[in-house]
Amino acid sequence: MAEAEESPGDPGTASPRPLFAGLSDISISQDIPIEGEITIPVRSRIREFDSSTLNESVQNTIMRDLKAVGKKFMHVLYPRKSNTLLRDWDLWGPLILCVTLALMLQRGSADSEKDGGPQFAEVFVIVWFGAVTITLNSKLLGGNISFFQSLCVLGYCILPLTVAMLICRLVLLAKPGPVNFMVRLFVVIVMFAWSIVASTAFLADSQPPNRKALAVYPVFLFYFVISWMILTFTP
Amino acid sequence: MAAADELTFHEFEEATNLLAETPDAATTSRSDQLTPKGHVAVAVGSGGGFGAEDEVEEDSDKAALLQEQQKPQPGFWTFGYYQSFFDVDTSQVLDRIKGSLLPRPGHNFVRHHLRNRPDLYGPFWICATLAFVLAVTGNLTLVLAQRRDPSIHYSPQFHKVTVAGITIYCYAWLVPLALWGFLWWRKGVRERMGPYTFLETVSIYGYSLFVFIPMVVLWLIPVPWLQWLFGALALALSTAGLVFTLWPVVREDTRLVAAALLSTVVLLHALLALGCKLYFFQSLPPEHPAPVPHVSALPSSAPLPPTLPQSRATS
Repeated sequence: MAEAEESPGDPGTASPRPLFAGLSDISISQDIPIEGEITIPVRSRIREFDSSTLNESVQNTIMRDLKAVGKKFMHVLYPRKSNTLLRDWDLWGPLILCVTLALMLQRGSADSEKDGGPQFAEVFVIVWFGAVTITLNSKLLGGNISFFQSLCVLGYCILPLTVAMLICRLVLLAKPGPVNFMVRLFVVIVMFAWSIVASTAFLADSQPPNRKALAVYPVFLFYFVISWMILTFTP
Repeated sequence: MAAADELTFHEFEEATNLLAETPDAATTSRSDQLTPKGHVAVAVGSGGGFGAEDEVEEDSDKAALLQEQQKPQPGFWTFGYYQSFFDVDTSQVLDRIKGSLLPRPGHNFVRHHLRNRPDLYGPFWICATLAFVLAVTGNLTLVLAQRRDPSIHYSPQFHKVTVAGITIYCYAWLVPLALWGFLWWRKGVRERMGPYTFLETVSIYGYSLFVFIPMVVLWLIPVPWLQWLFGALALALSTAGLVFTLWPVVREDTRLVAAALLSTVVLLHALLALGCKLYFFQSLPPEHPAPVPHVSALPSSAPLPPTLPQSRATS
């Protein structure tokens, strides 16, 4: 910021002028000289950073993105009040999770297509348009979270439900019966609660205090619908 | 450190006010502003100096406020326009829902609960909840029926979510549109009370649909006469709310028009409830004579036209 506010009278010096240099002439009662230098020496570093990501190997790029996604998965699985998901948002994780969930919800049999479970496109539409609707809702209610940050959080918090889907598919390989159903029900309920806790840990602070419930209820509905899709899955 | 304070924050305000006064000016540089700031800063330490600086602040604040009040309403393409429809608190939404659940003859929902500040949050999310609850409980009745009679084939029936969503949203938006248009067309007849705005009509309908949510959940109980009882009760509450709200507006119209309008409103509402009951909750006979594996649900002796289940089975 100091560099941008260079006065035009100055010659174009390589190092920026100290910010409060002119004030040292003014005598204040306590006679404290205020001078110093505020420099942000990152300019050269940013340039080399830019060119290096262009020249690095594909493996480096992929590994870096995968590590970022994995770090966020860890944050979702152990929800603490942290800003990582919000600060460096990315939509790779939600895409991977949504595609995985939609693929796993596919039934093998082609019969009774009309009466069957959700199609791939239906899952996709529900997840993405649901997330967009909830984001718009929270922004319209006056929340101060950005659009993509909110999408990122909602998408990442589908992770527990995807894990529940995996477990349900494994459990369904066993003998069907009421025990089977109770196990699946228990797993889905636990993961549903986990998703809600994880997403409200990230989203609740961005809302004005007297509208928190209004903003959280659609999130609850969203994960409830996804849990319902998982629970009613029959191969 | 007052000098540092004013330099970091207040300088920005002055810059915007200077720009507002002289729109042709380019962005001022720091040294230009340093001089007046320096001039004020010299007096720092004496009370008079602080007073002068406060006056400068207050004037700029007042100027900013006046400018805000004179700003025109945001256009419909801006985000702020739609934000004004979501300007409700949790307590207000809950109060509106309570008002729709307990309609009273004297109380006009619009005047008493909405207080002429309609919101879109309630109608939108009540419709979404109702659509999903309809689909989920419809599926649950199938589960319960299958537990009683294992020959019925269970399927998630996910397409019902789409059907429910489209139906509910069309009802909650197109019917208020038609009603509002009709009332606006007839507004020349009325002297005392103008028609409701479109948003108020949508709000009325949206909140009146709330009572259907517990009704649909209670329809899980597989006792037919109880289901019809709950349906009638919820329908009565919902239409009472609608009628009490619309009565002051149609009262001044001719008898014929008023009666026709109110009965149409009630009829449409009843059709919605009936349609939901018959489509999502096709009740099954208690004893199934012969197993029919391909039909997922059979209607009981309801006054359905016979073409309906056959078209479902073959589609």
